[in-house]
Amino acid sequence: MNARGRERLAGIAAPLVAGVLFLAGWQAVVQWQGIPPYILPSPVAIAEALWRDGPSLLGSLLVTLRITAAALVAAIVLGGALAILFAQSRLLEISLFPYAVILQVTPVVAIAPLIIIWVNDTFLALLVCAWIVAFFPIVANTTLGLNSADRNLVELFRLYGASRWQTLRYLRLPAALPYFLAGVRISGGLALIGAVVAEFVAGTGGAETGLAYRILEAGYRLQIPKLFAALLLLSATGIAIFAALSWITRRLIGHWHESALPRDD
Amino acid sequence: MIGAGAMKPENYETKPIFTLAGVGKTFRSGTRALQTIDITVLSGAFVSLVGPSGCGKSTLLRIIAGLLPPSQGRVHWESDVTGHIGFVFQEPTLMPWATVWDNVYLPLRLAGRSRNDASASIARTLASLGLGGFEQAYPRELSGGMRMRVSIARALVKAPSLLLLDEPFAALDELTRFRLNEDLLRLWGEQRWTVVFVTHSVFEAVFLSNRIVVMTPRPGRIVADLPIDLPYPREGSLRTATAYAERCRAVSAVLNEAVL
Repeated sequence: MNARGRERLAGIAAPLVAGVLFLAGWQAVVQWQGIPPYILPSPVAIAEALWRDGPSLLGSLLVTLRITAAALVAAIVLGGALAILFAQSRLLEISLFPYAVILQVTPVVAIAPLIIIWVNDTFLALLVCAWIVAFFPIVANTTLGLNSADRNLVELFRLYGASRWQTLRYLRLPAALPYFLAGVRISGGLALIGAVVAEFVAGTGGAETGLAYRILEAGYRLQIPKLFAALLLLSATGIAIFAALSWITRRLIGHWHESALPRDD
Repeated sequence: MIGAGAMKPENYETKPIFTLAGVGKTFRSGTRALQTIDITVLSGAFVSLVGPSGCGKSTLLRIIAGLLPPSQGRVHWESDVTGHIGFVFQEPTLMPWATVWDNVYLPLRLAGRSRNDASASIARTLASLGLGGFEQAYPRELSGGMRMRVSIARALVKAPSLLLLDEPFAALDELTRFRLNEDLLRLWGEQRWTVVFVTHSVFEAVFLSNRIVVMTPRPGRIVADLPIDLPYPREGSLRTATAYAERCRAVSAVLNEAVL
Protein backbone atom coordinates (compact mmCIF):
# COMPACT_ATOMS: atom_id res chain seq x y z
CA MET A 1 0.00 0.00 0.00
CA ASN A 2 1.37 3.44 -0.91
CA ALA A 3 1.64 6.44 1.43
CA ARG A 4 -1.53 8.07 0.14
CA GLY A 5 -3.59 4.89 0.66
CA ARG A 6 -2.21 4.48 4.18
CA GLU A 7 -3.14 8.04 5.02
CA ARG A 8 -6.67 7.59 3.73
CA LEU A 9 -7.08 4.38 5.74
CA ALA A 10 -5.79 6.16 8.85
CA GLY A 11 -8.27 8.99 8.19
CA ILE A 12 -11.12 6.48 8.43
CA ALA A 13 -9.74 4.05 11.02
CA ALA A 14 -8.44 6.56 13.60
CA PRO A 15 -11.73 8.35 14.35
CA LEU A 16 -13.53 4.98 14.24
CA VAL A 17 -11.23 3.50 16.89
CA ALA A 18 -11.57 6.65 19.00
CA GLY A 19 -15.37 6.43 18.74
CA VAL A 20 -15.50 2.76 19.71
CA LEU A 21 -13.22 3.40 22.71
CA PHE A 22 -15.40 6.32 23.79
CA LEU A 23 -18.60 4.25 23.56
CA ALA A 24 -17.00 1.34 25.44
CA GLY A 25 -15.88 3.72 28.20
CA TRP A 26 -19.37 5.22 28.37
CA GLN A 27 -20.97 1.77 28.60
CA ALA A 28 -18.49 0.75 31.33
CA VAL A 29 -19.04 3.88 33.43
CA VAL A 30 -22.84 3.57 33.24
CA GLN A 31 -22.74 -0.14 34.23
CA TRP A 32 -20.13 0.08 37.02
CA GLN A 33 -21.61 3.23 38.59
CA GLY A 34 -25.14 1.94 38.16
CA ILE A 35 -26.32 5.25 36.63
CA PRO A 36 -30.08 5.04 35.98
CA PRO A 37 -31.14 5.35 32.29
CA TYR A 38 -33.23 8.51 32.99
CA ILE A 39 -29.99 10.33 33.94
CA LEU A 40 -27.60 8.83 31.38
CA PRO A 41 -28.62 5.83 29.27
CA SER A 42 -25.90 3.43 28.15
CA PRO A 43 -25.05 3.16 24.43
CA VAL A 44 -26.68 -0.27 24.38
CA ALA A 45 -29.92 1.17 25.80
CA ILE A 46 -29.86 3.92 23.18
CA ALA A 47 -29.35 1.37 20.42
CA GLU A 48 -32.33 -0.60 21.74
CA ALA A 49 -34.46 2.56 21.78
CA LEU A 50 -33.37 3.35 18.24
CA TRP A 51 -34.36 -0.14 17.13
CA ARG A 52 -37.74 0.01 18.91
CA ASP A 53 -38.76 3.60 18.15
CA GLY A 54 -36.82 3.96 14.90
CA PRO A 55 -39.76 3.64 12.51
CA SER A 56 -41.92 6.21 14.30
CA LEU A 57 -38.94 8.55 14.78
CA LEU A 58 -38.15 8.25 11.06
CA GLY A 59 -41.65 9.51 10.29
CA SER A 60 -40.99 12.60 12.42
CA LEU A 61 -37.56 13.02 10.84
CA LEU A 62 -39.29 13.18 7.46
CA VAL A 63 -41.42 16.10 8.69
CA THR A 64 -38.32 17.95 9.91
CA LEU A 65 -36.50 17.15 6.69
CA ARG A 66 -39.34 18.55 4.58
CA ILE A 67 -39.11 21.87 6.45
CA THR A 68 -35.30 21.84 6.20
CA ALA A 69 -35.30 21.17 2.47
CA ALA A 70 -37.97 23.77 1.74
CA ALA A 71 -36.14 26.37 3.84
CA LEU A 72 -32.83 25.61 2.11
CA VAL A 73 -34.39 25.90 -1.35
CA ALA A 74 -36.05 29.19 -0.36
CA ALA A 75 -32.73 30.43 1.05
CA ILE A 76 -30.89 29.50 -2.15
CA VAL A 77 -33.47 31.13 -4.43
CA LEU A 78 -34.09 34.29 -2.40
CA GLY A 79 -30.52 34.61 -1.09
CA GLY A 80 -29.03 34.14 -4.55
CA ALA A 81 -31.50 36.58 -6.11
CA LEU A 82 -30.82 39.20 -3.43
CA ALA A 83 -27.05 38.84 -3.91
CA ILE A 84 -27.39 39.31 -7.68
CA LEU A 85 -29.53 42.38 -7.03
CA PHE A 86 -26.84 43.73 -4.65
CA ALA A 87 -24.18 43.16 -7.31
CA GLN A 88 -26.17 45.27 -9.79
CA SER A 89 -26.45 48.29 -7.55
CA ARG A 90 -24.06 49.37 -4.86
CA LEU A 91 -26.74 51.72 -3.48
CA LEU A 92 -29.17 48.83 -3.08
CA GLU A 93 -26.48 46.78 -1.36
CA ILE A 94 -25.56 49.43 1.21
CA SER A 95 -29.26 50.21 1.77
CA LEU A 96 -30.43 46.66 2.41
CA PHE A 97 -27.40 44.71 3.61
CA PRO A 98 -27.58 46.04 7.22
CA TYR A 99 -31.14 44.69 7.48
CA ALA A 100 -30.02 41.28 6.33
CA VAL A 101 -27.43 41.44 9.12
CA ILE A 102 -30.10 42.44 11.66
CA LEU A 103 -32.25 39.50 10.57
CA GLN A 104 -29.22 37.25 10.98
CA VAL A 105 -28.12 38.40 14.44
CA THR A 106 -31.60 38.36 15.98
CA PRO A 107 -31.98 34.95 17.67
CA VAL A 108 -34.60 32.94 15.84
CA VAL A 109 -35.90 31.66 19.20
CA ALA A 110 -36.86 35.23 20.05
CA ILE A 111 -38.78 35.99 16.87
CA ALA A 112 -40.31 32.53 16.34
CA PRO A 113 -43.36 33.27 18.56
CA LEU A 114 -44.10 36.38 16.48
CA ILE A 115 -43.84 34.50 13.23
CA ILE A 116 -46.15 31.83 14.59
CA ILE A 117 -48.71 34.51 15.44
CA TRP A 118 -48.43 36.16 12.03
CA VAL A 119 -48.31 33.04 9.88
CA ASN A 120 -51.36 30.82 10.32
CA ASP A 121 -50.09 27.68 8.68
CA THR A 122 -47.69 25.82 11.03
CA PHE A 123 -45.58 24.31 8.26
CA LEU A 124 -45.18 27.74 6.70
CA ALA A 125 -44.32 29.35 10.06
CA LEU A 126 -41.59 26.77 10.71
CA LEU A 127 -40.37 27.20 7.16
CA VAL A 128 -40.03 30.98 7.63
CA CYS A 129 -38.07 30.49 10.88
CA ALA A 130 -35.67 28.01 9.30
CA TRP A 131 -35.30 30.25 6.25
CA ILE A 132 -34.33 33.27 8.38
CA VAL A 133 -31.48 31.26 9.88
CA ALA A 134 -30.37 29.75 6.58
CA PHE A 135 -30.47 32.58 4.08
CA PHE A 136 -27.79 34.93 5.42
CA PRO A 137 -24.67 32.85 4.63
CA ILE A 138 -25.89 32.51 1.06
CA VAL A 139 -26.54 36.26 0.64
CA ALA A 140 -23.25 37.25 2.28
CA ASN A 141 -21.08 34.69 0.47
CA THR A 142 -22.65 35.14 -2.94
CA THR A 143 -22.42 38.94 -2.70
CA LEU A 144 -18.75 38.60 -1.81
CA GLY A 145 -18.22 36.17 -4.69
CA LEU A 146 -19.97 38.37 -7.26
CA ASN A 147 -17.74 41.27 -6.23
CA SER A 148 -14.50 39.30 -6.25
CA ALA A 149 -14.18 38.61 -9.96
CA ASP A 150 -10.62 39.28 -11.20
CA ARG A 151 -10.35 43.04 -11.79
CA ASN A 152 -8.33 42.62 -14.94
CA LEU A 153 -11.00 40.29 -16.33
CA VAL A 154 -13.65 42.88 -15.49
CA GLU A 155 -11.60 45.42 -17.48
CA LEU A 156 -11.20 42.97 -20.34
CA PHE A 157 -14.99 42.56 -20.49
CA ARG A 158 -15.29 46.35 -20.55
CA LEU A 159 -12.71 46.58 -23.34
CA TYR A 160 -14.77 44.18 -25.44
CA GLY A 161 -17.93 46.19 -24.78
CA ALA A 162 -19.64 43.44 -22.75
CA SER A 163 -23.16 44.22 -21.58
CA ARG A 164 -24.08 44.13 -17.90
CA TRP A 165 -25.85 40.84 -18.50
CA GLN A 166 -22.85 39.30 -20.32
CA THR A 167 -20.52 40.34 -17.49
CA LEU A 168 -22.89 38.76 -14.97
CA ARG A 169 -23.47 35.59 -16.97
CA TYR A 170 -19.91 34.88 -18.15
CA LEU A 171 -17.80 36.43 -15.39
CA ARG A 172 -19.47 37.32 -12.10
CA LEU A 173 -21.67 34.24 -11.73
CA PRO A 174 -18.94 31.66 -12.45
CA ALA A 175 -16.53 33.57 -10.19
CA ALA A 176 -19.15 33.59 -7.42
CA LEU A 177 -20.01 29.89 -7.69
CA PRO A 178 -17.39 28.61 -5.17
CA TYR A 179 -18.46 31.29 -2.65
CA PHE A 180 -22.13 30.52 -3.24
CA LEU A 181 -21.54 26.80 -2.72
CA ALA A 182 -19.59 27.44 0.50
CA GLY A 183 -22.62 29.46 1.66
CA VAL A 184 -25.01 26.67 0.73
CA ARG A 185 -22.95 24.15 2.70
CA ILE A 186 -23.21 26.30 5.83
CA SER A 187 -26.90 27.02 5.19
CA GLY A 188 -27.73 23.32 4.83
CA GLY A 189 -26.76 22.71 8.44
CA LEU A 190 -28.34 25.96 9.62
CA ALA A 191 -31.66 25.13 7.91
CA LEU A 192 -31.83 21.92 9.93
CA ILE A 193 -30.99 23.76 13.15
CA GLY A 194 -33.55 26.43 12.29
CA ALA A 195 -36.25 23.84 11.65
CA VAL A 196 -35.56 22.12 14.98
CA VAL A 197 -35.33 25.32 17.03
CA ALA A 198 -38.54 26.69 15.49
CA GLU A 199 -40.39 23.50 16.31
CA PHE A 200 -39.10 23.63 19.89
CA VAL A 201 -40.72 27.04 20.21
CA ALA A 202 -43.82 26.47 18.14
CA GLY A 203 -44.58 22.87 18.74
CA THR A 204 -46.34 21.12 15.90
CA GLY A 205 -50.05 21.37 15.75
CA GLY A 206 -51.96 18.64 13.95
CA ALA A 207 -51.14 15.05 13.23
CA GLU A 208 -47.59 15.43 11.93
CA THR A 209 -44.84 16.05 14.43
CA GLY A 210 -41.20 16.73 13.71
CA LEU A 211 -38.17 15.36 15.53
CA ALA A 212 -37.87 18.38 17.83
CA TYR A 213 -41.31 17.73 19.25
CA ARG A 214 -40.45 14.07 19.79
CA ILE A 215 -37.31 15.11 21.70
CA LEU A 216 -39.38 17.39 23.97
CA GLU A 217 -41.98 14.68 24.44
CA ALA A 218 -39.37 12.04 25.32
CA GLY A 219 -37.84 14.51 27.79
CA TYR A 220 -41.17 15.13 29.55
CA ARG A 221 -41.78 11.41 29.83
CA LEU A 222 -38.22 10.73 31.03
CA GLN A 223 -37.70 8.39 28.06
CA ILE A 224 -34.09 9.47 27.91
CA PRO A 225 -32.82 6.58 25.69
CA LYS A 226 -35.44 7.56 23.13
CA LEU A 227 -34.36 11.21 23.43
CA PHE A 228 -30.79 10.18 22.70
CA ALA A 229 -31.96 8.06 19.77
CA ALA A 230 -33.75 11.09 18.28
CA LEU A 231 -30.65 13.23 18.83
CA LEU A 232 -28.57 10.61 17.06
CA LEU A 233 -30.90 10.69 14.07
CA LEU A 234 -30.72 14.47 14.02
CA SER A 235 -26.91 14.64 13.94
CA ALA A 236 -26.75 11.85 11.37
CA THR A 237 -29.09 13.92 9.22
CA GLY A 238 -26.91 17.02 9.64
CA ILE A 239 -23.83 15.05 8.62
CA ALA A 240 -25.66 13.57 5.63
CA ILE A 241 -26.77 17.03 4.46
CA PHE A 242 -23.22 18.36 4.76
CA ALA A 243 -21.77 15.35 2.94
CA ALA A 244 -24.32 15.63 0.14
CA LEU A 245 -23.68 19.34 -0.33
CA SER A 246 -19.91 18.76 -0.29
CA TRP A 247 -20.33 16.13 -2.97
CA ILE A 248 -22.37 18.53 -5.12
CA THR A 249 -19.69 21.21 -4.59
CA ARG A 250 -16.98 18.86 -5.82
CA ARG A 251 -19.06 17.88 -8.84
CA LEU A 252 -19.69 21.50 -9.81
CA ILE A 253 -16.30 23.16 -9.28
CA GLY A 254 -13.90 20.26 -8.70
CA HIS A 255 -12.43 20.53 -12.19
CA TRP A 256 -11.10 24.05 -11.69
CA HIS A 257 -11.32 25.49 -8.19
CA GLU A 258 -8.30 25.49 -5.86
CA SER A 259 -10.27 24.22 -2.88
CA ALA A 260 -11.19 21.01 -4.66
CA LEU A 261 -7.78 20.15 -6.07
CA PRO A 262 -5.87 17.21 -4.62
CA ARG A 263 -3.00 18.25 -2.35
CA ASP A 264 0.41 17.16 -3.48
CA ASP A 265 2.52 17.00 -0.34
CA MET B 1 -8.69 40.92 -41.43
CA ILE B 2 -9.62 44.25 -39.98
CA GLY B 3 -7.24 47.20 -40.07
CA ALA B 4 -3.68 46.32 -40.94
CA GLY B 5 -4.42 43.35 -43.17
CA ALA B 6 -6.62 45.36 -45.51
CA MET B 7 -4.01 48.05 -45.90
CA LYS B 8 -1.70 48.40 -48.87
CA PRO B 9 1.98 47.66 -48.08
CA GLU B 10 3.10 51.19 -48.92
CA ASN B 11 0.86 52.50 -46.14
CA TYR B 12 2.76 50.64 -43.44
CA GLU B 13 4.23 52.99 -40.89
CA THR B 14 3.15 56.09 -42.72
CA LYS B 15 -0.46 56.40 -41.63
CA PRO B 16 -1.03 57.11 -37.92
CA ILE B 17 -3.38 54.86 -35.96
CA PHE B 18 -3.62 57.18 -32.96
CA THR B 19 -2.10 60.31 -31.48
CA LEU B 20 -1.76 61.25 -27.81
CA ALA B 21 -1.99 65.01 -27.46
CA GLY B 22 -0.86 66.46 -24.14
CA VAL B 23 -2.06 63.42 -22.19
CA GLY B 24 -1.53 63.67 -18.43
CA LYS B 25 -2.83 61.67 -15.50
CA THR B 26 -3.16 62.62 -11.87
CA PHE B 27 -4.79 60.01 -9.66
CA ARG B 28 -7.44 60.91 -7.12
CA SER B 29 -4.86 60.27 -4.38
CA GLY B 30 -2.87 63.20 -5.80
CA THR B 31 -0.16 61.03 -7.34
CA ARG B 32 0.97 62.53 -10.63
CA ALA B 33 1.49 59.47 -12.84
CA LEU B 34 1.93 61.12 -16.25
CA GLN B 35 2.86 64.59 -17.43
CA THR B 36 2.06 65.84 -20.96
CA ILE B 37 2.65 62.87 -23.22
CA ASP B 38 2.71 63.66 -26.94
CA ILE B 39 3.20 60.74 -29.25
CA THR B 40 1.92 59.52 -32.61
CA VAL B 41 1.91 55.79 -33.31
CA LEU B 42 1.91 54.68 -36.94
CA SER B 43 -0.21 51.87 -38.26
CA GLY B 44 1.62 48.54 -38.25
CA ALA B 45 4.41 49.76 -35.96
CA PHE B 46 5.90 47.76 -33.09
CA VAL B 47 6.44 50.35 -30.36
CA SER B 48 7.91 49.52 -26.96
CA LEU B 49 7.52 51.70 -23.89
CA VAL B 50 10.60 51.18 -21.72
CA GLY B 51 11.31 52.57 -18.30
CA PRO B 52 11.77 51.71 -14.63
CA SER B 53 8.74 50.82 -12.51
CA GLY B 54 6.64 53.82 -11.57
CA CYS B 55 7.26 55.69 -14.83
CA GLY B 56 3.60 55.42 -15.77
CA LYS B 57 4.01 53.13 -18.76
CA SER B 58 1.20 50.80 -17.65
CA THR B 59 -1.00 53.81 -16.91
CA LEU B 60 -0.33 55.10 -20.41
CA LEU B 61 -1.26 51.72 -21.88
CA ARG B 62 -4.55 51.72 -19.97
CA ILE B 63 -5.32 55.24 -21.20
CA ILE B 64 -4.71 54.13 -24.80
CA ALA B 65 -7.02 51.14 -24.22
CA GLY B 66 -9.73 53.46 -22.94
CA LEU B 67 -9.77 51.73 -19.55
CA LEU B 68 -8.63 54.90 -17.78
CA PRO B 69 -9.63 58.47 -18.64
CA PRO B 70 -6.75 60.95 -18.95
CA SER B 71 -6.80 63.96 -16.59
CA GLN B 72 -5.51 66.26 -19.34
CA GLY B 73 -5.22 66.01 -23.09
CA ARG B 74 -6.84 63.46 -25.34
CA VAL B 75 -6.32 60.36 -27.44
CA HIS B 76 -7.12 61.02 -31.09
CA TRP B 77 -7.99 57.98 -33.20
CA GLU B 78 -7.61 57.96 -36.98
CA SER B 79 -10.30 55.31 -37.30
CA ASP B 80 -12.75 53.65 -34.92
CA VAL B 81 -11.04 50.69 -33.24
CA THR B 82 -13.69 50.07 -30.56
CA GLY B 83 -13.84 46.32 -29.94
CA HIS B 84 -10.69 45.77 -32.02
CA ILE B 85 -8.10 46.33 -29.31
CA GLY B 86 -6.39 43.25 -27.88
CA PHE B 87 -4.98 43.56 -24.36
CA VAL B 88 -2.51 41.20 -22.69
CA PHE B 89 -1.93 41.69 -18.96
CA GLN B 90 1.15 40.89 -16.93
CA GLU B 91 -0.69 37.86 -15.57
CA PRO B 92 -2.39 35.47 -18.02
CA THR B 93 -5.77 36.57 -16.49
CA LEU B 94 -7.67 33.54 -17.76
CA MET B 95 -11.04 32.38 -16.48
CA PRO B 96 -10.09 29.34 -14.34
CA TRP B 97 -13.51 27.72 -14.79
CA ALA B 98 -13.27 27.74 -18.59
CA THR B 99 -11.24 25.54 -20.94
CA VAL B 100 -8.57 26.95 -23.23
CA TRP B 101 -11.10 26.92 -26.07
CA ASP B 102 -13.71 28.81 -24.05
CA ASN B 103 -11.16 31.35 -22.84
CA VAL B 104 -10.14 32.14 -26.40
CA TYR B 105 -13.80 32.16 -27.47
CA LEU B 106 -14.57 34.97 -24.98
CA PRO B 107 -14.01 38.05 -27.22
CA LEU B 108 -16.07 36.47 -30.00
CA ARG B 109 -18.79 35.38 -27.59
CA LEU B 110 -19.04 38.93 -26.24
CA ALA B 111 -19.39 40.12 -29.84
CA GLY B 112 -22.37 37.79 -30.24
CA ARG B 113 -20.69 35.15 -32.42
CA SER B 114 -22.00 31.59 -32.04
CA ARG B 115 -19.68 28.72 -31.09
CA ASN B 116 -19.99 27.18 -34.56
CA ASP B 117 -19.34 30.45 -36.28
CA ALA B 118 -16.30 31.15 -34.09
CA SER B 119 -14.69 27.72 -34.22
CA ALA B 120 -12.65 28.31 -37.41
CA SER B 121 -11.05 31.52 -36.08
CA ILE B 122 -10.35 29.87 -32.74
CA ALA B 123 -8.77 26.78 -34.31
CA ARG B 124 -6.54 28.96 -36.52
CA THR B 125 -5.47 31.20 -33.61
CA LEU B 126 -4.74 28.26 -31.28
CA ALA B 127 -2.69 26.53 -33.98
CA SER B 128 -0.67 29.70 -34.67
CA LEU B 129 0.37 29.82 -31.01
CA GLY B 130 1.18 26.13 -30.73
CA LEU B 131 -1.90 25.41 -28.62
CA GLY B 132 -3.43 22.78 -30.92
CA GLY B 133 -4.52 19.76 -28.84
CA PHE B 134 -4.95 21.83 -25.68
CA GLU B 135 -8.50 22.99 -26.48
CA GLN B 136 -10.12 21.13 -23.60
CA ALA B 137 -7.41 21.76 -20.98
CA TYR B 138 -8.11 24.00 -18.02
CA PRO B 139 -5.69 26.86 -17.22
CA ARG B 140 -4.49 25.17 -14.01
CA GLU B 141 -3.25 22.23 -16.08
CA LEU B 142 -0.93 24.46 -18.12
CA SER B 143 2.53 25.91 -17.46
CA GLY B 144 3.01 29.67 -17.08
CA GLY B 145 4.28 29.98 -20.64
CA MET B 146 1.32 28.05 -22.07
CA ARG B 147 -1.12 30.17 -20.07
CA MET B 148 0.47 33.29 -21.54
CA ARG B 149 0.05 31.76 -25.01
CA VAL B 150 -3.65 31.33 -24.31
CA SER B 151 -3.84 34.94 -23.13
CA ILE B 152 -2.20 36.11 -26.38
CA ALA B 153 -4.50 33.86 -28.43
CA ARG B 154 -7.48 35.49 -26.72
CA ALA B 155 -6.13 38.94 -27.63
CA LEU B 156 -5.55 37.92 -31.27
CA VAL B 157 -8.64 35.83 -32.02
CA LYS B 158 -10.72 38.83 -33.06
CA ALA B 159 -8.02 40.06 -35.49
CA PRO B 160 -7.28 43.29 -33.61
CA SER B 161 -6.13 46.54 -35.18
CA LEU B 162 -4.09 47.30 -32.09
CA LEU B 163 -2.45 44.95 -29.62
CA LEU B 164 -1.50 46.31 -26.19
CA LEU B 165 0.80 44.22 -23.99
CA ASP B 166 1.64 45.15 -20.40
CA GLU B 167 4.90 43.39 -19.43
CA PRO B 168 3.41 40.08 -20.55
CA PHE B 169 6.56 37.98 -20.22
CA ALA B 170 8.02 39.47 -17.03
CA ALA B 171 7.09 36.48 -14.89
CA LEU B 172 8.38 33.82 -17.27
CA ASP B 173 11.76 32.09 -17.36
CA GLU B 174 14.24 33.32 -19.96
CA LEU B 175 13.94 30.43 -22.40
CA THR B 176 10.14 30.64 -22.46
CA ARG B 177 10.34 34.42 -22.81
CA PHE B 178 12.70 34.19 -25.80
CA ARG B 179 10.45 31.69 -27.55
CA LEU B 180 7.35 33.82 -26.94
CA ASN B 181 9.21 36.92 -28.20
CA GLU B 182 10.02 35.10 -31.42
CA ASP B 183 6.47 33.76 -31.85
CA LEU B 184 5.02 37.21 -31.24
CA LEU B 185 7.34 38.71 -33.89
CA ARG B 186 6.44 35.98 -36.37
CA LEU B 187 2.70 36.59 -35.90
CA TRP B 188 3.22 40.35 -36.16
CA GLY B 189 5.11 39.81 -39.43
CA GLU B 190 2.22 37.76 -40.77
CA GLN B 191 -0.70 39.82 -39.55
CA ARG B 192 0.74 43.31 -39.00
CA TRP B 193 -1.44 44.67 -36.22
CA THR B 194 -0.03 47.72 -34.48
CA VAL B 195 1.69 46.85 -31.18
CA VAL B 196 2.34 48.90 -28.09
CA PHE B 197 4.49 46.78 -25.79
CA VAL B 198 5.33 47.76 -22.22
CA THR B 199 8.48 46.28 -20.72
CA HIS B 200 11.28 47.16 -18.33
CA SER B 201 13.76 45.07 -20.30
CA VAL B 202 15.86 47.01 -22.81
CA PHE B 203 17.00 43.74 -24.42
CA GLU B 204 13.44 42.58 -25.01
CA ALA B 205 12.41 45.97 -26.38
CA VAL B 206 15.33 46.17 -28.83
CA PHE B 207 14.74 42.61 -30.04
CA LEU B 208 11.07 43.22 -30.75
CA SER B 209 10.45 46.81 -31.74
CA ASN B 210 11.13 49.19 -34.56
CA ARG B 211 10.64 52.10 -32.18
CA ILE B 212 11.44 52.50 -28.49
CA VAL B 213 9.95 55.19 -26.31
CA VAL B 214 11.99 55.69 -23.11
CA MET B 215 10.11 56.96 -20.07
CA THR B 216 11.22 58.16 -16.62
CA PRO B 217 9.27 58.36 -13.36
CA ARG B 218 8.07 61.09 -10.96
CA PRO B 219 6.18 62.23 -12.92
CA GLY B 220 6.11 59.86 -15.90
CA ARG B 221 7.30 61.49 -19.10
CA ILE B 222 8.98 60.64 -22.39
CA VAL B 223 12.71 61.35 -22.46
CA ALA B 224 13.70 59.67 -25.70
CA ASP B 225 12.07 58.28 -28.83
CA LEU B 226 14.46 56.01 -30.69
CA PRO B 227 14.02 54.11 -33.97
CA ILE B 228 15.49 50.59 -34.02
CA ASP B 229 16.64 50.02 -37.58
CA LEU B 230 17.43 46.29 -37.37
CA PRO B 231 15.76 44.51 -40.32
CA TYR B 232 12.88 42.04 -39.95
CA PRO B 233 12.35 39.13 -39.80
CA ARG B 234 14.48 38.92 -36.69
CA GLU B 235 15.54 35.45 -35.57
CA GLY B 236 16.83 34.18 -32.23
CA SER B 237 20.39 34.41 -33.59
CA LEU B 238 20.06 38.20 -33.52
CA ARG B 239 20.49 38.08 -29.73
CA THR B 240 24.21 37.38 -30.15
CA ALA B 241 24.80 39.80 -33.03
CA THR B 242 26.99 42.88 -32.62
CA ALA B 243 24.40 45.17 -34.20
CA TYR B 244 21.87 44.07 -31.54
CA ALA B 245 24.36 44.66 -28.70
CA GLU B 246 25.09 48.15 -30.02
CA ARG B 247 21.41 49.11 -30.09
CA CYS B 248 20.97 47.73 -26.57
CA ARG B 249 23.94 49.73 -25.34
CA ALA B 250 22.58 52.91 -26.95
CA VAL B 251 19.12 52.53 -25.40
CA SER B 252 20.60 51.61 -21.99
CA ALA B 253 22.79 54.70 -22.11
CA VAL B 254 19.78 56.94 -22.74
CA LEU B 255 17.84 55.22 -19.97
CA ASN B 256 20.68 55.44 -17.44
CA GLU B 257 21.28 59.08 -18.19
CA ALA B 258 17.60 59.89 -17.76
CA VAL B 259 17.10 57.97 -14.52
CA LEU B 260 20.23 59.12 -12.71
